[in-house]
Amino acid sequence: MLSFRGGIHPPGMKHLVRDRAIVDMPLVPLYRVLVQQHIGAPAKPLVKAGDTVKKGQVLSEPLGFVSASVHAPTSGRVRGIENCINPVTGLGSPCVVIEADGEDAWAEGIPFDVDPFSMDGSELISRIRSSGIVGMGGATFPSHVKLSPPRDKPIDAFIVNGVECEPYLGADHRLMLEEPQRIVSGARLVMHILGLSVAVVAIEANKLDAVEVMRKNAPGSIRVEVLDVKYPQGAEKQLIKAILGREVPPGGLPMDVGALVHNAGTCAAIWDACSRGIPLIERVTSVTGSGIREPKNIRVRVGTPLRDVIDFCGGLQEDASKVIFGGPMMGIAQYSMDVPVTKGTSGILVLRSREVDRSSYTSCISCGRCVDACPMGLLPNVLSRLGERSMWEDALGYNLMDCIECGSCAYVCPAYRPIVHFIKHMKALAREASAKKRQAV
Amino acid sequence: MSDGLVVSSSPHIHSPEDIGWIMRQVIYALVPGAAIGVYFFGLPAFNVIWISVVSCIGVEALLQWLMGRAITVKDGSAALTGLLLAMNLPPTSPWWLVVIGALVAIGLGKQVYGGLGNNPFNPALTARVFLLISFPVQMTSWIVPRPFLLRSADAVTGATPLGAIKTAVFMHGNLAAAGKISLMDLFMGNVGGSLGEISAIALILGGTYLIYKKIISWHIPVFYIGTVFVMTGIFWLINPGVYANPVLHIFSGGLMLGAFFMATDLVTSPVTVFGKVIFAIGCGVITVVIRLWGGYPEGVSFSILIMNAFVPLINRGTSPVVFGAGR
Repeated sequence: MLSFRGGIHPPGMKHLVRDRAIVDMPLVPLYRVLVQQHIGAPAKPLVKAGDTVKKGQVLSEPLGFVSASVHAPTSGRVRGIENCINPVTGLGSPCVVIEADGEDAWAEGIPFDVDPFSMDGSELISRIRSSGIVGMGGATFPSHVKLSPPRDKPIDAFIVNGVECEPYLGADHRLMLEEPQRIVSGARLVMHILGLSVAVVAIEANKLDAVEVMRKNAPGSIRVEVLDVKYPQGAEKQLIKAILGREVPPGGLPMDVGALVHNAGTCAAIWDACSRGIPLIERVTSVTGSGIREPKNIRVRVGTPLRDVIDFCGGLQEDASKVIFGGPMMGIAQYSMDVPVTKGTSGILVLRSREVDRSSYTSCISCGRCVDACPMGLLPNVLSRLGERSMWEDALGYNLMDCIECGSCAYVCPAYRPIVHFIKHMKALAREASAKKRQAV
Repeated sequence: MSDGLVVSSSPHIHSPEDIGWIMRQVIYALVPGAAIGVYFFGLPAFNVIWISVVSCIGVEALLQWLMGRAITVKDGSAALTGLLLAMNLPPTSPWWLVVIGALVAIGLGKQVYGGLGNNPFNPALTARVFLLISFPVQMTSWIVPRPFLLRSADAVTGATPLGAIKTAVFMHGNLAAAGKISLMDLFMGNVGGSLGEISAIALILGGTYLIYKKIISWHIPVFYIGTVFVMTGIFWLINPGVYANPVLHIFSGGLMLGAFFMATDLVTSPVTVFGKVIFAIGCGVITVVIRLWGGYPEGVSFSILIMNAFVPLINRGTSPVVFGAGR
């Protein structure tokens, strides 16, 4: 079966939500819409305290091409631009706080019905851009940027990422089962924009029901490929390798090898934006783990506070002790229940205290398990030793920046070494140093 | 602000296979070999085993306590070193020899470098070679194996197969004086030798378990034993009167124990597959050179220790190709 080098086989834990149909999360009284929900240049709020906003109304203006705006998830009144905790950085970040009026009234002119295939590529890209669409697998890279490759890097291969290789998560799986047409239509639009005649939908072999549904719904130009169940199969570079046999060079982007990957949920959002003018104001996410009373797949508005999501899913178990945005391998542990759902929240995972490992780490025993597991061909054993001493300059020589932070090394490490933690720390030190250097010049 | 939640860096789940688990699996894998040793050498062998295990654990705890470090005997690595040391000693070793071995293995072999993971040389082999050089008489007096039920009161001393060969070639210039050596005895363990090295079948069984459990990879044992087989085979073909046949070579001495359990020591062997292959071939070549032309009849311990010294260099030279950089 199609696959890549390295990787691991953690328990899938998908059973908690795999048979749970997507349910709409009801409106809540207050939304916190973070202005920065994407990777790239910041955006500037366009509203102020006291303003009335309608559902789908734009709230921020992107400052730069690699940036994205955010939109009002419902109608109501702006309480203010406040400082909220960003679930990705853990830091305070500007946030449009909206008191919902309960009417959920759309902004003027949306939604509408058009045939997006009658429009040309640049018009569609500008719609995608103004709809604030970013990669919904978690990386939140603005989608319109990926769709605008420079002239010298033509894209000849498009992959719809329905792999969902993170354990526990099932949102993309449910979306493929329940709303395959939105994904397929979005994929056809991307093909239309790029002038491609074929595309591939990639799905792991643990979701064969989704494979069947997608095959039934996809036109002949879209091939559905089944991939080996192995983490991190859904990582962009590993997926391109498995499907196309091409390796994105170190420091490079998929477009360097003529490839484009969009998450299944992103494709659905692209379709909504182009055919109906609906911006990215809601997403499907899995609320799962043994620490939540009623695991669910929910369609939730961006900006919904975590606390409300947890309440909607029956609340926390008594011994719940870790709440993670994303999956267990790459997700981010939250310290506050006040953080809002963002465009990149692919899952909300709650672990109980007995599942939360708090053992301290010991010396590396050079077993080489991390080297075998690393899908990037790095030496995590060496990087972790350097990281322990913050020796980021030496680590650069061991390809520090090529690490995709998938966590496979730390998962298998018998000494419980927090390898990803060390690597993230060294990357931050390296970035800080290069930023300082740039300022000095 | 705080909701009492635990925060840590990703990943948030972990494989259940930790250091303690690995050490336990290796100990389980050594049980057949140790049991055969006790079967053929009786109570003295059993005493060597428990004295060695208890001393290693005790020395580790004592040294860590003296140094004010966390006491980590629960991870099982000291117990494993103890078992490996016992299996590398003559079954009739006096208790003080075993205790000195434990002091050297844990003290000089491991703790002096900072404990588990930081030692460049295999601790049990460090101790074995230390004892071999310091107490050559005690370390080379072998008893003839006697199955448990047939044991008489007095142990009869004899030579190991490799010892007999070395003496024959040295004294008479040919193999004939070594007498007939039964391959079946070598395979099952009915020969003289160190406590845990005599039975090839028991060691292969344990080693296969470790490969199956993915604790060691097959590369080191296969390339190590394969190198010894090919090299001794070539010399056997050239002059079978002086050089013993390759089948005898791979089943005798400490090769099986060394190839499956000592050369594969995680801490002191290379991390990449290619590195492991280089390391194993190096061990094989040095073993054969010592066996055929060296002063000692057996060279497994020396060869592994010598190759241990090259591991950092091998690791440096066999780094994997970064994703996207090759082809």
